[in-house]
Amino acid sequence: MNFSLRASVGDGSRMENLKAVSFELRKDVINMIYKAKTGHIGGDFSVMDILVTLYYKHMNISPETTSDPDRDKFILSKGHSVEAYYSVLAGRGFFPKADLETYSQFKSKYIGHPNNKVNGIEMNSGSLGHGLSVSVGMALAGKMDHKSYRVYTVMGDGELAEGSVWEGAMAAGHYKLDNLTAVVDRNRLQISGTTEEVMSQDNQDDRWSSFGWNVIHAQGNNIDDLDKAFQIAKDTKGKPTVIIADTTKGYGVSFIENSAPWHHKIPNAQEYEKALAELEQRRLAANE
Amino acid sequence: MNKISNRQIICDVLVEKAKSDKDIIVLCSDSRGSASLTNFADTYPDQFVETGIAEQNIVSIGAGLAKCGKKSYVASPASFLSTRSMEQAKVDVAYSNTNVKLIGISGGISYGALGMTHHSAQDIATMSSIPNMRVYIPSDRFQTQALFENLLKDEKPAYIRVGRNAVEDVYEEGNVPFEFDKASVVQEGTDLTIIACGEMVKPAQTAAIVLEEQGIHVRVLDMYCVKPIDRAAVEKAARETKAIITIEEHTYIGGLGAMVSQIVASTTPKKVINLALPDSPVVTGVSKEVFDYYGLNESGLVKVALELMNDVK
Repeated sequence: MNFSLRASVGDGSRMENLKAVSFELRKDVINMIYKAKTGHIGGDFSVMDILVTLYYKHMNISPETTSDPDRDKFILSKGHSVEAYYSVLAGRGFFPKADLETYSQFKSKYIGHPNNKVNGIEMNSGSLGHGLSVSVGMALAGKMDHKSYRVYTVMGDGELAEGSVWEGAMAAGHYKLDNLTAVVDRNRLQISGTTEEVMSQDNQDDRWSSFGWNVIHAQGNNIDDLDKAFQIAKDTKGKPTVIIADTTKGYGVSFIENSAPWHHKIPNAQEYEKALAELEQRRLAANE
Repeated sequence: MNKISNRQIICDVLVEKAKSDKDIIVLCSDSRGSASLTNFADTYPDQFVETGIAEQNIVSIGAGLAKCGKKSYVASPASFLSTRSMEQAKVDVAYSNTNVKLIGISGGISYGALGMTHHSAQDIATMSSIPNMRVYIPSDRFQTQALFENLLKDEKPAYIRVGRNAVEDVYEEGNVPFEFDKASVVQEGTDLTIIACGEMVKPAQTAAIVLEEQGIHVRVLDMYCVKPIDRAAVEKAARETKAIITIEEHTYIGGLGAMVSQIVASTTPKKVINLALPDSPVVTGVSKEVFDYYGLNESGLVKVALELMNDVK
C-alpha cells in the first residue's frame, strides 16, 4: 500500500496525532448536526476512530485515486453515520471542508445517508444489511482480476439483525474472500435500547467463525488497537476477517456516551457548547 | 412451433459475447438450470458466480461486481427477483446506478400450477416504479436476441422478464424490426390498436389477422420496452386509431395497460381497455389454461375488439 499520511500527521507520534484528528473531526460532526438539526451523533462518535484508522492510515485511497481501479474500496453499511464519514472525507481532502456547511440543506448532495454524488463515496447506502453483500461483489471482482486492492465495510451491531447480512457473510466465507474486512461497530445500543434487549448480538465469535470468517476483537475507540487489527486482517489468508470493534456510543463527550436517546438526539445550545469544549479538551490532551 | 425459449437465447448471446468480453459475469441463485445458463457456467466458470438460494445477496453482489467494472447479468426467478430483492434492486442497482441487468426468469405465470408464490404478476409494477430502472419484456426469441445485443452495449440498470417455455415466433429470422426503446410495429392498422408485451404479442398478432378478415384493421404494437415506454407510439396510436386494447401477463394494477391509459388520458383521450390478470391470486394451471380462463388470448382479444368497434362507431 502506498498511501502517504497527511503532512500534518507526523510519523513519530502518528497514533497520538490521529487521536487528536478524531476529536477534531468529532467537532465537525457536532457542528453539522447542530446546524442542520438532524443526524445520528451517537453512532458517528462510536465509529469515528474506525473511519480515521482506515482513511488516514490503512486504506490505499486518496482524493487523486477515486477512479483508480486499484484503489481500496469502502462501504459505510451503517449509512446513518454519514456525518462522521463526511467529516473524515473532508478532513482527507476529498472535498472542501466548507461543503460540510451544506449538510442536509435543501438540494445539498450532502444528504443524511451516503450517496455516490459525493467525491470518494463508492455506493449509496442507508438501508441496513446491504453493505456486506455489495462488498462481497467488489472482493470477488478483485479476485477475478487478480488485483491487490482490499474491500472494507463497516456495519452497526443493530444492523446484524438484518438477514441479508448473513447471506453476505455466507458467500464471503464460501469464496474465502481474504481481501475483504468487515467491521462491526459494537456499541451495544440502538434506538430502542441495548442490543441485548432488542435482539441479542452477544455471540459474535461463534456466528462469524461458523460462516468461515477470521474473527478479531479490537477496542473500537482506540486507534492503536484498530491499527493492529486491520494489519492482522491484511495478513490473514484464505478467509475474510471481521473485526468486532467494541466501541462506546457517543464516544468523546461525557453526557452523550452510552445513552440510547443520543442515537439521533440534537444538542441544544448549552449541550452544543459543552460538547465542543469537551472535544477540544480531549483533542489538546491527545496532542500533549 | 418454435422450440427455443427466450431464456435459451439469452444464454446463447451471453456465451457468444463472453468470448471476447471477460467482464461479462453471470450470477445465478441455484438457478442456472432453470435459467438455461448451465452452458455459460460450464464454458466460463471464471465468469460465473453462484450465490445459492439468496436473492437479496445475488443482486447486491452483482452491484458490487459492477462497481468494479464488471457487467453483471443476474438470473433468478422473476417472482423472487422482483419482490424479495426489490430493495437491493432499488438501492444497490438503480440508486447507485450500477451496470446490473436483472433477468427475471420463468416470469408471469410460467409456473402456473405452482401458485402465487411463484407467479410474478407484479413485476412491471414493482420494477417500473423504481427511478433509473428500465423494464423489458421481449416477445419472441428474435426480439430477445436483439434486445440483449443492445443491452450489452450500455452500462445502465435494467430488469428483463422472460417466460419459461418456448413461444411461437412473432418475427422471422433476418427480418426483425427492432429499434432500441421503440415499440416494434407488428402490423399497421387504422381502426384499433392492440398494445402488448411478452407472450401476449403473439395472440395480439393472430387476433389482428382474424379481425382483418372481418374488415377491421388493427395496429399491433409490441411494447417490449415497458419502461421507458414508447410514448410517441402510444400517442400516435391514440390519434390515428379509434380505441386501444392493452394485453399483458401482469395484474392490471401498475402494468402496461395502466401506463398506456395514463398517456392516452393526458394527451389524446380515447377509450382504452386493459386485458390483464386480476387483483387476486391467479387461478392455477398451465399457462394456456390460465390465459384462456382470463381471456388473455386470441379469442378474448377478438371479442373485446368487436365490442369496442361497436362502441366507437
